[in-house]
Amino acid sequence: MRLTVDGQSFDINADPEMPLLWALRDLMGKTGPKFGCGIAACGACTVHLDGQPVRSCSLPVGQVSGAVTTIEGIGIEGKLHPVQQAWLEEQVAQCGYCQAGQIMSAVALLDEVAEPSDADIDNAMGGNLCRCGTYPKIRAAIRRAAVLKTAGL
Amino acid sequence: MASVGKIARRTFLIGAAAIAGGVAVGYYYYRKPFPNPLQGDLAVGEATFNPYVKIGADNTITIVAPRAEMGQGISTTLAAMVAEELDVSLDQVKVEPGPASHAYYNAAILEEGGPFAFFDESMTAEAVRAGMGVAGKFLALQATGGSASTRDGFDKMRQAGAAARQMLIAAAAQKLGVAAADLETANGRILHKASGKSLTYGDVAASAAVMAPPADIRLKDRADWKLLGKPQKRIDMLAKVTGAPIFGIDVTLPDILFGTVKMSPRFWAKPVKADLSKAEKMPGVVKIVPIETNYGHGFGIIAENTWAAFKAADAIEAEWADPEYPLDSAAISDALKQALGTKGSVMRDNGNVDTAFADAPRERIVEADYAVPYLAHATMEPMNATARLKDGVLDIWCGNQAPTLVRQLCANLVGIEQNKVNVHTTFLGGGFGRRVEVDYALCAALMAKETGGRPIKVTWTREEDMRHDAYRPAAVGRFQARLDDNGLPVAVDMKISSPSMIASTLRRLFPSIPALGNDKSIVDGAYNQPYTIPNYRVAGIAAPVTIPVGSWRSVGSSINGFFHEGFLDEIAVAGKTDPVVLRKTLMAAYPAAVKVVEKVAEMAKWGEALPAGKARGMAFTLSFGSWVGEIVQVADTPAGIRIEKVWIAADVGTALDPGIIEAQLISAAIYGLSAAMGQEITFADGMVEQSNFHDYDAMRIFQCPAFEVAILENFHKMGGVGEVGTPPAAPALANAVFALTGKRIRTLPLSKEVAFA
Repeated sequence: MRLTVDGQSFDINADPEMPLLWALRDLMGKTGPKFGCGIAACGACTVHLDGQPVRSCSLPVGQVSGAVTTIEGIGIEGKLHPVQQAWLEEQVAQCGYCQAGQIMSAVALLDEVAEPSDADIDNAMGGNLCRCGTYPKIRAAIRRAAVLKTAGL
Repeated sequence: MASVGKIARRTFLIGAAAIAGGVAVGYYYYRKPFPNPLQGDLAVGEATFNPYVKIGADNTITIVAPRAEMGQGISTTLAAMVAEELDVSLDQVKVEPGPASHAYYNAAILEEGGPFAFFDESMTAEAVRAGMGVAGKFLALQATGGSASTRDGFDKMRQAGAAARQMLIAAAAQKLGVAAADLETANGRILHKASGKSLTYGDVAASAAVMAPPADIRLKDRADWKLLGKPQKRIDMLAKVTGAPIFGIDVTLPDILFGTVKMSPRFWAKPVKADLSKAEKMPGVVKIVPIETNYGHGFGIIAENTWAAFKAADAIEAEWADPEYPLDSAAISDALKQALGTKGSVMRDNGNVDTAFADAPRERIVEADYAVPYLAHATMEPMNATARLKDGVLDIWCGNQAPTLVRQLCANLVGIEQNKVNVHTTFLGGGFGRRVEVDYALCAALMAKETGGRPIKVTWTREEDMRHDAYRPAAVGRFQARLDDNGLPVAVDMKISSPSMIASTLRRLFPSIPALGNDKSIVDGAYNQPYTIPNYRVAGIAAPVTIPVGSWRSVGSSINGFFHEGFLDEIAVAGKTDPVVLRKTLMAAYPAAVKVVEKVAEMAKWGEALPAGKARGMAFTLSFGSWVGEIVQVADTPAGIRIEKVWIAADVGTALDPGIIEAQLISAAIYGLSAAMGQEITFADGMVEQSNFHDYDAMRIFQCPAFEVAILENFHKMGGVGEVGTPPAAPALANAVFALTGKRIRTLPLSKEVAFA
């Protein structure tokens, strides 16, 4: 089967029931999306499918027809995405394991709502678990990213 | 506090230090340095000065930060210690975890292992502390834990940087033909101001590294620090916002196989019947092999990809033997309560508690029973390791908190010498004490024997991870106080029963060593708090329940912080004293503690009236050498209780990176609040009932309160940082819930009695 991931085309031979996450990690070498729970309960595996955030651990690869974007594909021309830049400036990550998923959810949120409210952030990010408790910094980074993105930085 | 006589009459266990026997012998060996592990593995043109510093001819400066980076920011702070004295900036250096080596032993992790409170500075306490540091050297345990990394590294890593700098200056002086005293350093360059000549560190690294290390190492005064004491940009941040392959689970090697494990859902139980035929025939499955380690029994599935391995694990049909421990949570709870009836080991005994209670009038007595459940660590990155056994050499890649232990136990299991094992430590997707264990590494090492030399990455499912942990033990406590006419406690009697973490850890790691003596972690956080009460007794009992238990962020203090501070709140209510005033009164002999409580009360404007439907609770715990007060504010909402705000004041003695310390205090408080709100591991039919984040969740962003943190530096000894925010979180929340609802909840999690928004 053929998949487009981060703008690149991949031909893979996979059980169509294999979750997209494992096809990405084991068959395509895309280790940016992380395995956390396997039941769409923690968000560590979040990627975009045609721009929409999805939990790749629970999406059979056989059902994927659109373009997949992972954390490895959101930078623009070698530059960090404004959300990544904001994460860096706010020094968000601790262990860092959930952050690829957090960032992918935040990117999708800001694509939909340019200036999200606290309630917007709660709704969009509630499915992304962080055991290090970086939530206050995640909230601050989303606000900073909104500013960076609006300013076109 | 324990006296010399009492210590002589009983042994006490501090992890593996009990193994070492006499700790004050072998002074010569103790002083003798370990060989530099970097010596044998240098790049072309690279020179090493000591186990912490390498400099290449191209001026590439590498600092080894030999502690597990599990999110606590330790790689940044340890690198800053060396960089500070080496006179280089952090963006100028490469930071590596280094190889597994006894040279990187952690002495501080054991220093507080004796039966003394942190504030006890008697000669006996100090002598035992020094002896424990020596034991650390003997055991040479390279481990990350006990909130000890900065305390352990503070002198030796600054000295490593300073020694290297002095050697570089000496070599430059020779080369330039000038006096060393006329040379200055900045940003990796050596400058002779008078002539304007300068050299890079790399220019003289090779000749400097062969010089004798200076006998007199001069460290900077604190006033001259450029990096330490100030928030630094974390060296791991860029990799973590770009999804870089930095975790064990990301390890990729040519020709790699993938795997998982299916271990007995009943701890220690063997399979009595197993049908592998269905699983073996599934597509992508290479082989299924039995696994037997000190952690238990089960099967390893070797496959072409992780998903195939997961599916095959599900398809294994096995029956397991009966458990050796009580079958369900009710029976376990009974066993803990029954143990409370035995005498136990008294770790604090001021005055005469029995006499003080003998004639106490009923109305002056406060009594309460407390309980906490087993807890899983639930790191975001499930347990995993990658192993390759080829030509008699085992390479193992994993995030771990104890590389030398991984090396030793994997070597034993596979049957090769330790010097044939290379441990490659990656970043950890969370540790919290879970990755002190080595079960994931042992499984991968065993499976690597079956792959014909191909590497194999063994990833556990979340379900397997949740159901095979070394859990924070369940515990029960019985508490009694006698109040005086002013409502102050004149006598307090505390008895705590819990399975021994030390005994359980020894069974897994060193089963040949019997667990003799007391496990002070059972009463840690209760017996060693800075309160003066004339009659004050704290006893611990090791309950005979053998479900595996181990270190969970803040260890014993995660239990006893809740017990002690919840009960103190009850004393305040019964004696009609304000909880802040009560604590300040009882801790008057410890000014650092008083200042912490005053600070957090001031920040929260404690005592000012709150609107209806809001309330606050406070708690204080001294743990790992840091004094921490927390106040939690809760609000009653239609959806349940909402945690609105948390104030934290912490005295850490010396704050090496205020930004990282603040992040750690908040992180640890959230970890504690998550558990207090809703987490518990329960048992039925000898098996863990929870399996994944749907039934063992943690705080989500929409539940996260606002935080305000103050870092104090009043105490004269440095404290730890990574765990100290956890112990006061649960009691401060429970006390706030009492203030809000009038419900005194003495059994965690609180969600059994109240709902959280």
